[in-house]
Amino acid sequence: MEGVYGNDFGTDQQPDPDRAAPDEAAFAALLAGEGRVEPRDDMPEAYRKTLIRQIAQHAHSEIIGMQPEGNWISRAPSLRRKAILMAKVQDEAGHGLYLYAAAETLGVDRADLVDQLHSGRQKYSSIFNYPTLTWADVGAIGWLVDGAAITNQVPLCRCSYGPYARAMVRVCKEESFHQRQGFEILYTLSHGTPEQKAMAQDAVNRYWWPSLMMFGPPDDDSPNSARSMAWGIKRFSNDDLRQRFVDMTVPQSEALGLGLPDPEIRWNDERGHYDYGEIDFTELFEVIKGNGPCNAERMAHKRRAYDEGAWVRTAAEAYAAKRARATESVA
Amino acid sequence: MDTALFEYTGGLADDALVSAQRMGWWISRAPELEEDVALANIGLDQLGQARNLLTYAGEIEGEGRSEDDLAYLRDERYFRNVKLVERPMTDFGVAMARLLTFATYQLHLYRTLATGDLGERDETLAAIAAKAVKEVAYHVDHATHWVLRLGDGTEESHTRMQSALDAEWPYLEELFGPLDPVLTGRVADRSALRDAVLSDVRRVVTEATLSVPEVPPALGGGRDGLHTEHLGYLLAEMQHLHRSHPGAKW
Repeated sequence: MEGVYGNDFGTDQQPDPDRAAPDEAAFAALLAGEGRVEPRDDMPEAYRKTLIRQIAQHAHSEIIGMQPEGNWISRAPSLRRKAILMAKVQDEAGHGLYLYAAAETLGVDRADLVDQLHSGRQKYSSIFNYPTLTWADVGAIGWLVDGAAITNQVPLCRCSYGPYARAMVRVCKEESFHQRQGFEILYTLSHGTPEQKAMAQDAVNRYWWPSLMMFGPPDDDSPNSARSMAWGIKRFSNDDLRQRFVDMTVPQSEALGLGLPDPEIRWNDERGHYDYGEIDFTELFEVIKGNGPCNAERMAHKRRAYDEGAWVRTAAEAYAAKRARATESVA
Repeated sequence: MDTALFEYTGGLADDALVSAQRMGWWISRAPELEEDVALANIGLDQLGQARNLLTYAGEIEGEGRSEDDLAYLRDERYFRNVKLVERPMTDFGVAMARLLTFATYQLHLYRTLATGDLGERDETLAAIAAKAVKEVAYHVDHATHWVLRLGDGTEESHTRMQSALDAEWPYLEELFGPLDPVLTGRVADRSALRDAVLSDVRRVVTEATLSVPEVPPALGGGRDGLHTEHLGYLLAEMQHLHRSHPGAKW
């Protein structure tokens, strides 16, 4: 089961008996000293598998996330917006690329990970199973979805696994730009015509609760979080990250002049945080089970593109093999 | 208004814009992830050229029309692009055949505009072209590599690449239309680019073990706003949101 990309809620972390047992004490000492684990280092098998799944899910989320936003490239309402959106979706593809590369440092193959996505054995963030119905949804995804992703990913820049942490530094810089562009789209709409403002409010209404669910289940229902925190993969609990996101977003919604669809949001002086209403997680679980609005479409689109490109990839391999043979026969 | 220069610049702009619109379709649909990135990059370059050219066309016209006014508020009869770029890209082979031919044409065109032998060069077009030359040189390189791989890859890819070339080839002739005599010495004469462009493309086609198609040219007319039926749908999709909110800012 998956939540925000860059988070892990999985359960299939059975150790692989064929791998040599690492020096647990040395590994614990490395983590205790806030040291970075690098690809050649010994690491517990469960740590390796957890990271593979988390990084792969993160990569898959970037790739599937290209679809809802790509949905508006052809219809972007100005050429400037079209250019920004194309660049943004291109960034997501780039993030996917270097996250797959980070996963490969753990001894897996990108093709296998993609295969696991296609067969449904690995997941992507549920948020991308919601449709982008209007142009304002592009703004809402940038502001809320990328905002939630950043909240989760900034701590990952200090993740114990070096290649993932370093990939996150670059991803976060670009995501921060994406979030600002989403905010700016919504700001322009909310200060535009009444129809534009209504479009913006509708998008925020639809994306608010799914964005909060991106952080995953509440802490007392998230059995793997404690271990990921002990391993230095996860730095803050789901609920802490969710609260951080709410605290960041509420003042921004006021600056936008847009409401949030939760009457219980109010500042709590005692806690020093915003209170917010109870999240109905049944919807999240339904979407995860495959019953979201776009689960089938997203996977069909991805598989179709992959299948239709098969002849191209085969040709590229055949051509490379011919070139290699030609070089050999010359040498 | 300098009508001839407006029409000429509009043709360059619309070629780039319509091409970018088609290229954007590929993002999330490419055969591999690296290619999603590359095609997005190429589409972005073309869109950037279109924006500069449309802005300049608006200045030439002198009626205060912006890039968006020209892109979103003209009907298909007022678009000046060639038919080559407006037709759907039915598979990746078509996309690469199209890109090879179109980018090779753009490379010669922009080079001439920027540094060719022109007595009274249009300096704005020269500046736009000078930036675009570097971009389209990469597009040519990218398409060349793919045409070689697909032409000389597998039997299937060879057949598909050849079909793609055969389908695109009739539309090349329209790229080399005559120059309005009043523009002589100010801009590139596209009819004079034919031999150099076709010679470059033929060289790649031959190296890719493909045959240079021997097909009669398709009917032109794009530069006069006489398009295929495909352009109307492309523009309907591109323009609908902008037109649904007259006067709105985005």
